Amino acid sequence: MELSGAEIVVQCLKDEGVDVVFGYPGGAVLHIYDAIFKQDDVQHVLVRHEQGAVHAADGFARSTGKAGVALVTSGPGATNAVTGIATAYMDSIPMVVLTGQVASPFIGSDAFQEVDTVGITRPCVKHNFLIKRVEDIAETFKKAFYIATSGRPGPVVVDIPKDITDPNIKIPYAYPDKIKMRSYNPVTKGHMGQIRRAMDLMLEARRPVIYTGGGVVLGDADQELIELVRKLNFPITSTLMGLGAYPSSDRLFLGMLGMHGTYEANMAMHESDLIIAIGARFDDRVTGHVEKFCPGAKIVHVDVDPSSIAKNVRVDVPIVGPVRSVLKDMLKALGEHKKRPMAEAINDWWGQIDRWRGMHCLRYDRNSSVIKPQYVIETLHKVTNGDAIVCSDVGQHQMFAAQFYGFDKPRRWINSGGLGTMGFGLPSAMGCKVAHPDKDVAVVTGEGSIQMCIQELATCKQYDLPLKIILLNNGYLGMVRQWQEFFYDSRYSHSYVEALPDFVQLTQSYGHVGMRVEKPGDVEGAMKEAFAMKDRLVFLDIVIDPGENVYPMIEAGKGHHEMYLSPESELV
Amino acid sequence: MRHIISILMENEAGALSRVAGLFSARGYNIESLTVAPTEDTSLSRMTLVTNGSEEIVEQITKQLNKLIDVVKLVELTEGPHIEREMMLIKLKAERAHRAEITSLVEIFRGRIIDVTDTSYIVEMTGSVSKLDAFIEAVHEDLVVEVVRTGPSGIARGPKSLGV
Repeated sequence: MELSGAEIVVQCLKDEGVDVVFGYPGGAVLHIYDAIFKQDDVQHVLVRHEQGAVHAADGFARSTGKAGVALVTSGPGATNAVTGIATAYMDSIPMVVLTGQVASPFIGSDAFQEVDTVGITRPCVKHNFLIKRVEDIAETFKKAFYIATSGRPGPVVVDIPKDITDPNIKIPYAYPDKIKMRSYNPVTKGHMGQIRRAMDLMLEARRPVIYTGGGVVLGDADQELIELVRKLNFPITSTLMGLGAYPSSDRLFLGMLGMHGTYEANMAMHESDLIIAIGARFDDRVTGHVEKFCPGAKIVHVDVDPSSIAKNVRVDVPIVGPVRSVLKDMLKALGEHKKRPMAEAINDWWGQIDRWRGMHCLRYDRNSSVIKPQYVIETLHKVTNGDAIVCSDVGQHQMFAAQFYGFDKPRRWINSGGLGTMGFGLPSAMGCKVAHPDKDVAVVTGEGSIQMCIQELATCKQYDLPLKIILLNNGYLGMVRQWQEFFYDSRYSHSYVEALPDFVQLTQSYGHVGMRVEKPGDVEGAMKEAFAMKDRLVFLDIVIDPGENVYPMIEAGKGHHEMYLSPESELV
Repeated sequence: MRHIISILMENEAGALSRVAGLFSARGYNIESLTVAPTEDTSLSRMTLVTNGSEEIVEQITKQLNKLIDVVKLVELTEGPHIEREMMLIKLKAERAHRAEITSLVEIFRGRIIDVTDTSYIVEMTGSVSKLDAFIEAVHEDLVVEVVRTGPSGIARGPKSLGV
């Protein structure tokens, strides 16, 4: 088969099993767009800004586990994509981003729409390529998808100069079946000796806590995790990124840990004698002050990326390997072990944890005459039977969603955890909806975040993506306002969003349904109505209590035992 | 603590900037860095000297290993090894100083490779401390220009860093 470079690009995507690409055309990718036009296998979703394309590909990847694909042009197309690429990089999301580049002879000449894409994206990709010959396209694509999806996943950028895709130059094409790279061999199995050592510690532990992260979701290890946790009867907590891997409604689940984690999760970490970290990376939002972190605990750390281990905290038993395989081996090691968990000590430990639970740290005023954001999220859970894909932006609403939705399944909670990218919610939800047309996909957002990528409402109209947008409108950049209230004597510097648009009219002008909700009594009805409109995008502008803060809260630099639970209290 | 990391990597455009970028992005120190292709032209060999605690150097080696272009690496300072650096040093060499410089160069086993009526260029290879010592030994007013390669290193014994 003889194909041009542009045709090869599209054929590689087909052969890689890609059926949707999110993109935006421009000069350097016109040959590729022409090849896309001439076929029907790879669907193209036209976004309204390249950041949206990358977030959409990201949402597609997070909700399916497959690599998302975005296609943008050179120069500003590539720079607009950078925020999306960095977002995916921080959360280890498998993604291939194709960027057009000026024709090879012009590279380095400051040509129109030229930018050093490989240079600009280098620090925020797992790897990147600049294709130099038509003959290299197929192998580069194979490598790009292999790198993006194996080991610790991540985004890979493939920069394609325009002359490489010239429709007049045709060469024989064959997509490689396999690729072997001498310089890249991700670990496929944990060290059994280390796993047995970890099991020895687990079966001697009196106050163990299992602490899981996004790696369990990315590694599709939820079933193995559930089995292990239930066999051990150990308490389990999760990072923001790991929510849903273990059912939130289960008795053994302590809720999220960290800066806005639950009292019981953070206290259990602090008092623990053994932390079993699985696919989590001891991020500063989780550990607080590292010197005060888990003072009495030994640490077992399972991660596919060796550089995550002992990066932020010392580790007693490191286990490098894919979480799923390691958890399977842990189950095996448990089965073969002479000892069983310390039943009596673990029971006492649960007694202590239940006393912490008795603080009801997520309580809020349920009789309030203004709408409480927590209530909105609880209602969202109720109306969607806890089974929606919930895409969040970044800020207070993100924390409320994480705390109150109660995720019971993996790949239902889609948010930018590492980079904290405002504007992520709406476009990522488009990717989820394209991947799961029959599922309810909700966007939980704030009036700050939603305006950062609101242009994508047009994309939703063009492709009939009936998202449900839940705007928790408090008229503030809420998380900024909260920090200013706590740490800057309530000097609300530029955190008040003046001149907000009329979101109902705005949504209607894009051809969607908009509703404004102002009373607590109307929330459930409006939400039911919204979700009943199966084929319409509905934007719910919900006016919430402007003064509500996210609790519990650990101030940056404090320990897990030093939480604010309410405006009045500080626990030490 | 000073550490020497020897890296075998793909001889690809951009590989060097991935290493350099990693060091600046993560705030690690590079004291010196030398790189050139090996007998296998698809591979480059880099010798990198850095400073840091054991934890930092462990993290550096892990991060380097994570780079797709890095094939293998070894921390030479962990075992017996040989390191050599080459220096080209231009000295003022008026008639009055020539004899003294020549004998110094001989003591340090260097070679004078360029002579004018007012200057010498000396080529010298050795450990970092030997080159330092030579510079110390020459009167500072005589030193015109110093060009050093930074150390290259190799582990002692029959084992090799190869693919």
